Amino acid sequence: MSGSAFPTLLQAFLADRFGEDVLEAHAFRGDATVVVRRERVVEALRALREDPWRFEMLVDLTAWDRFPAEPRFEVVYHLLSPSRGERLRVKTRAPGDDPTVPSAVAVFPGANWFEREVWDLFGVRFEGHPNLVRILMPDDWEGHPLRRDYPLTEEPVEFRGHVPKVPSEIVPRVPPPGEGP
Amino acid sequence: MALARETLTINMGPQHPSTHGVLRLVLELEGEVIVSCQPVIGYLHTGIEKEMEHRTYHQNIPLVDRIEYLSSYHEELAYCTAVEKLLGLSVPKRAQYIRVILCELNRIASHLVWLGTTGIDLNVSSLLMYCFRDRERILELSEMVSGQRMMPGYFRIGGVAADLPEEFAPAVRRFLDEFPRRLDEYEAMLTDNLIWRRRHEGVAVLSREDALRYGVTGPTLRASGIAYDVRKAFPYSSYEDFEFDVPTGERGDAYDRYRVRMEEMRQARRIVLQALDRLPDGPVITDDRKVALPPRHELVRSMEAVIHQFKLVSEGIHPPKGEVYAAVESPRGEKGYYIVSDGSNRPVRVRVRAPSFSNLQALPSMVRGGMLADVVVAIASIDIVLGDVDR
Repeated sequence: MSGSAFPTLLQAFLADRFGEDVLEAHAFRGDATVVVRRERVVEALRALREDPWRFEMLVDLTAWDRFPAEPRFEVVYHLLSPSRGERLRVKTRAPGDDPTVPSAVAVFPGANWFEREVWDLFGVRFEGHPNLVRILMPDDWEGHPLRRDYPLTEEPVEFRGHVPKVPSEIVPRVPPPGEGP
Repeated sequence: MALARETLTINMGPQHPSTHGVLRLVLELEGEVIVSCQPVIGYLHTGIEKEMEHRTYHQNIPLVDRIEYLSSYHEELAYCTAVEKLLGLSVPKRAQYIRVILCELNRIASHLVWLGTTGIDLNVSSLLMYCFRDRERILELSEMVSGQRMMPGYFRIGGVAADLPEEFAPAVRRFLDEFPRRLDEYEAMLTDNLIWRRRHEGVAVLSREDALRYGVTGPTLRASGIAYDVRKAFPYSSYEDFEFDVPTGERGDAYDRYRVRMEEMRQARRIVLQALDRLPDGPVITDDRKVALPPRHELVRSMEAVIHQFKLVSEGIHPPKGEVYAAVESPRGEKGYYIVSDGSNRPVRVRVRAPSFSNLQALPSMVRGGMLADVVVAIASIDIVLGDVDR
């Protein structure tokens, strides 16, 4: 989607259909983003898949951890309309004490593995998912590695004189100007 | 008396020569017919996404090379494009053209590996040797430019690391002059070969609807009849300057995928030649000193340059707060990067949208009801890279 403003027609449609449940609609660097309340996100995906929007392909489904902010998890759906040549990012949020989001598998079967991956790495549950088990990490793994409070460590290697070094210690995080350390 | 329906469950992989990496398939068979297929992945999970949150933007470039290792240039381009989009930075035209040249050469190299390994899966072992002979020449070109055959680490945020060496353009032309004849040879050997056709035609069919449902992209999607190519739909790195066709198939079977990839190699050659002919002069990296290192000669004259150098090396760049998604057309499909920045020198989240992951998810629907032997063809025809699936 070119241009820096959120497409007005789409915004009108979403406001009309979902009203208060559309929490935000904005565009940054040409990427249009809409944030929908989690109770209605699957309904929104279904509506966007149909005419006239035809966002028929779920290109990507992922999440990120906003720890320590709340609501902690943001689940991100990247939609694509191959026929209209447009993209749209749909997001929804889930709090840290109840990280559940309804599953989109009924709308996009391709969401199946993506949701398993988000469950595996972030511990966000998808209600109504047919088989929500780990996909990348071993089945008996404890914890969800991509959470911000899950530390990055290095396994000790048996070389003489080897001191394990976490990459973040090589160049530490420097906050943006105007923000405290 | 009703006959008991007996099925046999077998494991294919993770150590199996035709799974093209550490992929494991749990196959349920009734005789030779596939009743169900369950891919089991994660054997190559390296946690690159986690690691990237702990490094600066520039330090991540060598990491992304290792995801889709057969097409590292595409991987670097996708990552750099995403960071550049986040910064709102424009890249010099010459750098954009250089990126296109290397990516399209890389596409040819990657498709040659696909062709060769498909050949070896179907017992055309000489094909692998022919394909690797040609691929080796592309890897040599890569070495000429970046010093590395694979995992080049050549692209930078804002441009490329160094200009092309003088001997590069003639060497590329020499290779591309010979290449169509080579392709003709391979096609003469395969396209109308009875065995090749019988093993491919009508095998591993993926319908248009299923392709959309599973988010399949790349040649696999185009073979199913949808002409979606990121280079055309959302041009990046000046792809709008070049003329090329997007080949599509009709039936969505393994044979169509073969035809689409063969044609893509010819189109890639066409793009490289156009880019070489029209390669503009000028810088190969942005002059934004907050992003790219100042050139050596400035360091001895300008205190400011020294400070920029120090800041870039000790801290890295600080993109504004925000989130972007940028995608490129890798040999396997849409390779996308979703980056969330909080304004600090390290990303909060880097998500790699892996084409192989989505394409592999469609595999069970392709092989169900088919023969066991055709699973090998199906895996080869979607051309997955396990590094990309598991990241």
